[in-house]
Amino acid sequence: MNRKLTSRLGVALGLITLCAAASAQGTAYVSSEKDDALTMIDLATLTVKGTVPTCKRGRHIQLTPDHMIMVACTDSNAADVIDPATGKSLRRVPMGDEPEAFDISPDGKTIYVSNEDAAEASFIDATSGKKLQSIKVGQEPEGVKVSADGKTLYVTSEVASLIHVIDVASAKITKNVKVGKRPRRMALTPDGKELWVTNELGASVSIIATATHTVTDTIKLEVKGARAQDITPVGILMTHDGKRAFVALGKANHVAFIDVASRKTTNLVLVGKRAWNVALDKAEAKLFVVNGLSDDVTVVDVAGAKPIKSIPVGRVPYGVAIVE
Amino acid sequence: MRRGLACSLVTLMFCAATTSTSAAATLKATLIVPADDPRLERTRVERAYLGHATGPATDGLQVALDEGKFELEAAGSAVTLSVVNAATPDAARAAAQAAEKAGAAVVLTDLGTDATLAVADAVKLPVLNLGDSADRLRQQDCRARLFHLIPSERMRADALAQTLVSRKWSKLLMLVGSSPQDQLRAATAQASIKRYGLQVVATKPYKLSADPRERDLANPLLLTAGVTYDAVWVVDSDGEFARSLPYRIVLPRPVVGDAGLVALAWHAQFERYGAPQVSRRFAKATKRPMTDHDWAAWMGGKALIAIATAEPKGPNAAWAKALASTPVDGSKGGALSFRSWDGQLRQSMLLTDGQGVISQAPIEGLLHPTEVLDTLGADAPEKLCKATR
Repeated sequence: MNRKLTSRLGVALGLITLCAAASAQGTAYVSSEKDDALTMIDLATLTVKGTVPTCKRGRHIQLTPDHMIMVACTDSNAADVIDPATGKSLRRVPMGDEPEAFDISPDGKTIYVSNEDAAEASFIDATSGKKLQSIKVGQEPEGVKVSADGKTLYVTSEVASLIHVIDVASAKITKNVKVGKRPRRMALTPDGKELWVTNELGASVSIIATATHTVTDTIKLEVKGARAQDITPVGILMTHDGKRAFVALGKANHVAFIDVASRKTTNLVLVGKRAWNVALDKAEAKLFVVNGLSDDVTVVDVAGAKPIKSIPVGRVPYGVAIVE
Repeated sequence: MRRGLACSLVTLMFCAATTSTSAAATLKATLIVPADDPRLERTRVERAYLGHATGPATDGLQVALDEGKFELEAAGSAVTLSVVNAATPDAARAAAQAAEKAGAAVVLTDLGTDATLAVADAVKLPVLNLGDSADRLRQQDCRARLFHLIPSERMRADALAQTLVSRKWSKLLMLVGSSPQDQLRAATAQASIKRYGLQVVATKPYKLSADPRERDLANPLLLTAGVTYDAVWVVDSDGEFARSLPYRIVLPRPVVGDAGLVALAWHAQFERYGAPQVSRRFAKATKRPMTDHDWAAWMGGKALIAIATAEPKGPNAAWAKALASTPVDGSKGGALSFRSWDGQLRQSMLLTDGQGVISQAPIEGLLHPTEVLDTLGADAPEKLCKATR
């Protein structure tokens, strides 16, 4: 009797632990421009399990070094910091006018943000929200990426087709690197030696050697049956070993898997309309692709390079961050 | 001749060269605009008819050149713009010649068709037509060095015809004004209607009048009765008649053309491809919403920046060559380029009711052997422009 009870309790306890694990970990948070909310996708079941209210016109979303969710809201001029354990907003960080994309310093103390209307890159104190620096850049700044050592910041200007190389210590532009038309997002190889930049209107990826800040390679993106003007790459991501890159091809409705060493596209996976941004789960087994014009997220099986499921989310979804 | 030469000259400097790159070449451009532009009379501007200019071309150009500063600086090049007013085609010709003599690399115009041609024939420079949509400039009167930023009337009509096809509104009643421009534009509309397999059930002239003896020509109910149709296509270059036509016709049908649903190069409410940022920058600088004419002028500036950065050292000949081959970003979803056969900037079109953007053309699913944007406007195989480019 006693033993039975204990074992039952054990089972029950185990279940509770399991439930906690499923809700606190294993969630993809999807920002959408027209909902003022994040959609939560359960990683185990690949179904929507709810929404989290947030600031207005949520766009770029990523995790902070202390594993909180941070989403930049263009129409609120702020970022929302959400605790994934509770689903509650911890604070709003002012981000200047019209923030779009951002990155966080390795120590988590500074947020770097592109303010698209003011054509500025701003340094924001992550706790006080105080603007520490603001640097004039080319029109419509978009992608923001800080180097792993925190010393160099890269910002794209969509209008000027430039990557601004900014020295963080002096808050000065040290170089402007001309890339393809309408550069959007960036990824650094894990060794920090290469910066990959998607060119939305160039149907290409520019590769910049970080030692010299010159373009060393350009990868032309191609999809059979699609014309160059219909291939509009935006989101880009690399695996932790730096061997493979994933690029969302926008209007071409595909994601390209690229072998980093050979610069060759190995797979093309059909996803939803206007594939925009991408994220990987921890095991790098599933790729989440946000489709801005079909209001859904396509989950791609990385090993098989096949779409598994498309999940309806909010209106005009933009980005995705995964908490496990 | 001397009277024709009376023109005022304003020079706006957009010199982006820094001291370290002051040796770089400066691209000089001259914009020629009408003196006392009747399009910009206060009462016309206030009405803000769709497809009509609501401010000077300098506004869009200035916004483009301001936002290009970084790009020019990074390339070590610079662009300067002078603006000249010309009252007559002769004055425009003289102004263009003076600009060429002064070392201009590009002439831009926001003039009527005759004055535009006078400029194109006066100089050996590339001429960017910012504001005249006349088809003849792309067809029988095309010129080898003439480029067009604003869509042609044919492009507007094709965009509308495609939209009607996508809606399956194939039977049309046409109401056409009596001005020569209306007659030309009605012929263009007919060509688009034919190209896309639509059907005109009746074509009627209309007249602005309160005279009871002319009510058959002036009363929207009478004008639209007696036939069945899916839509009314109104051709009204002036704008006053078309403005009050929707909701006043006898059948519950949409009005398209110069009111109701209108095909334009741009609308300030366009939400895609970074367009809101462009419209916002324009509105901030000029205190008015950005129209299709403003977009075309802005694109003129963007084209200057594109060639100045593509060939930072110039000289003029290199810039002229670059113009035909350098794609320009118009914030309409793709890199845009000039057609090799008539110098028209290929571009998507926006269908607007004046409040927002309802849809875009080319319509989804439409196919073309090489470039779907070439389903809008005169296509290469039509060989309507005989000039060798």
